[in-house]
Amino acid sequence: MGLPIVSTAATPGLAFSPGDHVFVKDMTPPNHHRTPWYIKGRRGVVLEFIGMYVNSETRAHGDSGLPELPMYRVEFEQTHLWTDYAESPSDKLWIDLYEHWLEQAE
Amino acid sequence: MPAVHDRGGWPTDDPIDREEHEWADWERQTQSLRTVLDRKGYMNVDELRRGIESIDPAEYEASTYFERWSLSIETIVIEKGLLTGEEIDERAQTLRDRWGYPS
Repeated sequence: MGLPIVSTAATPGLAFSPGDHVFVKDMTPPNHHRTPWYIKGRRGVVLEFIGMYVNSETRAHGDSGLPELPMYRVEFEQTHLWTDYAESPSDKLWIDLYEHWLEQAE
Repeated sequence: MPAVHDRGGWPTDDPIDREEHEWADWERQTQSLRTVLDRKGYMNVDELRRGIESIDPAEYEASTYFERWSLSIETIVIEKGLLTGEEIDERAQTLRDRWGYPS
């Protein structure tokens, strides 16, 4: 049930580049969104731009979901997400996120 | 407190049920109905998810996977004016009278 990738080519005007440190916005809009609670407000690193995707947040409410939005693969440290994390301290979590959920961290 | 569907990381001591199970006929029909509604442009997968997320939390917890799909499909087709709740209830009653409850 994946959404179609429109393009993986580098697109001018992208807000983030691989290696950028980002925060996931800590927001809970009333509309449908797929950003899980446990990464809201958390810090991660952009791994790559993975393409332009239709906007499932508007598409869920009868809209076309256009225009497509940039999506990034973002890496999080598992030990940062879970205070009692008992597996390897080097474990990572990768999650694909729309650009509008991210803000630059220093 | 995350919404009821936003499930990752919720603490639980219950083991994960990894048993495979046979699909019931009504589950196959529910899947097929969702596909037909999508192909005909009435309902996309994001709307299915949004409908599932709008289920009352207690009902969500008490429902199986395809019961949630079924509830969501009902929500969306009513919202889009394809059917009314009364029409769905009447039809369900007619089928129940004829066939009984699905096992």
